[in-house]
Amino acid sequence: MNLRGIWAVFRKEFRENLRDRRTLLSALVLGPVFGPVLIAGLVQFSISHAEEQSDENIAVAVTHADRAPNLLAYLSARGVDIEKVNLDEAGTRKAVVAQTHKIILDIPEDFGTRLQEGQPAPVILYSDGSRGFDRRGVGRVRTLVSQYGLEIAQLRFLARGIDPISVLPISVQEIDVSTPTSRSVMVLNMMTYLVILSMMFGGLYLAIDATAGERERGSLEMLLTAPVPRENLIYGKIFAAAAYMAVSLILTVAMFSVAMSFVGLEKMGASANLGPGAASQLIACCAPLLLFGAAYLSIISGFAKSYREAQTYLGLVITLPTMPLMFAGLLGLQAKQSLMYVPFLSQHLLMTTVVRAEPIEPTWVVISVVSTLVYGVTLMRIAGRLYRREGLLG
Amino acid sequence: MLEARGLCKSFGKVEAVRGVSFSARDGQITGLLGANGAGKSTTLRMLYTVLKPDQGDALIDGGSVLADPLAARRSIGVLSHGAGVYNHLTARENIVYFGELHGMPRADRQARAAELIELLEMQPFADRLAKGFSQGQKLKTALARALVHRPKNVLLDEPTNGLDVMAVRGLRKLLAQLRDAGHCVLFSSHVMQEVEQLCDEVVVIAAGQVVAAGSLDEIRARGGDRLEDAFVALLEPK
Repeated sequence: MNLRGIWAVFRKEFRENLRDRRTLLSALVLGPVFGPVLIAGLVQFSISHAEEQSDENIAVAVTHADRAPNLLAYLSARGVDIEKVNLDEAGTRKAVVAQTHKIILDIPEDFGTRLQEGQPAPVILYSDGSRGFDRRGVGRVRTLVSQYGLEIAQLRFLARGIDPISVLPISVQEIDVSTPTSRSVMVLNMMTYLVILSMMFGGLYLAIDATAGERERGSLEMLLTAPVPRENLIYGKIFAAAAYMAVSLILTVAMFSVAMSFVGLEKMGASANLGPGAASQLIACCAPLLLFGAAYLSIISGFAKSYREAQTYLGLVITLPTMPLMFAGLLGLQAKQSLMYVPFLSQHLLMTTVVRAEPIEPTWVVISVVSTLVYGVTLMRIAGRLYRREGLLG
Repeated sequence: MLEARGLCKSFGKVEAVRGVSFSARDGQITGLLGANGAGKSTTLRMLYTVLKPDQGDALIDGGSVLADPLAARRSIGVLSHGAGVYNHLTARENIVYFGELHGMPRADRQARAAELIELLEMQPFADRLAKGFSQGQKLKTALARALVHRPKNVLLDEPTNGLDVMAVRGLRKLLAQLRDAGHCVLFSSHVMQEVEQLCDEVVVIAAGQVVAAGSLDEIRARGGDRLEDAFVALLEPK
């Protein structure tokens, strides 16, 4: 293969775009800073929110509090702040809808008598199920009321000479097997998405400038009169875009690593595996995508007549390859061998495995790397074909 | 030495060039004269290998552009229509880049760029980024870029478009210098005076065909004292 001119074009594009503020901004600042700061902020917020929720007392409004003094004493001894209110049923509903009271416990009139007669005594718990943040509070109140009921039941058995243990045939013990690291992955899942997106944006403006931009400026025709095979011209441009994407990728992962070390993940019981070792593995996972992504961007903008047109096209299609990631996130897709043939998705799954600190299947890595490189080379050749066409000049 | 042999080119249903043949000799300036849309640019673009002719061939120093386009490109310098420069490179870097594409060694292309900067009097802006260049400065940069590899043949597509008087005079001087150094210079234009002042030979193109070719005097002899009259006479249906 004749390699003439590739290096010259690569160096020129690399250098020229180093002087272009727009390219630098998108490659070095936008992705690498914006993504990590966003994620770190989100994680920080969810940690502090979770901390608050588990420590705080729950505020519960009670109507007809005088009908169940013992139950209320039991609740307030267990972290429930009771506020006595006087509302009818309609007023209760209104108060919950308007959120003047988030949880309201209504003690019906016959509560005391039914309890004494040994019949099921109802209490009514009002809350608004569409407000996610308060569900845990409602759950705790419900559990506490049931526990109170259970204690009364045990006392009744004792009074009748029955061992209360015998009426509890099954006891459920809950064990959460999610390790601290795998729990943090839920939060960090978005990170792999942002890493890939940021990498793509790193090469975006160079790809546009080197193809649609060069045509619009009128320098393309003279470039084509140079004694260099036409496909080599676009290869050089693709490699230059890939180089900018590589810089963007490395910076983004490094910034994530730094940002996460500042966020107190361990407070959440989560320790994301994002040290220097994991970070370099992440970069290695994504590296085969550089060629694919750069060729993809160059082909799309190669079809555009002008810089602006290319910008419009790419704004639409840059997220296209990341669609499988979104679906994977929504469907909770598990890593498996057949998915390693899907570019972008295989990288996402491998990165997730690294962040989870789980062992990586070597054959999967080989499949992901080789298949992605093959796709990349194919796309590159298609770009070369595109540059051989006369229609290129518009 | 450039030679067009029965060049034909269509874009869809439009026949832009219909069997154009002529030759441009070394040590002469040949003007390709024609109205807008006559097929001048398309003819030139086939000569400098950016378009492939549907029929016919073009020879550059005897070598076919179809058989070996890369070899053809090595011996031509091209100033395309509205030639753009790279805004984020300096004038010198623009020139050196093309030297590199032509495979010139580093020291050679640097020395040649310096030589051209002096020849074209580009010193005041040679090391500035091309971003804010005037039309004249852009043209000089593009011209130096086209000449960096010392091509034997120089092709220019409407080089004086958008230039002021001083820049045009500078260009004229340069083309004369190239001719005197034995280069083959072919340029297209629709401006009579320009062709009249510069050319040794004229090829008149109308509707994609050569309607007349020869020395200025020969062309004038066909329609009056002035080239313009001759040109109009040539275009009129007989």
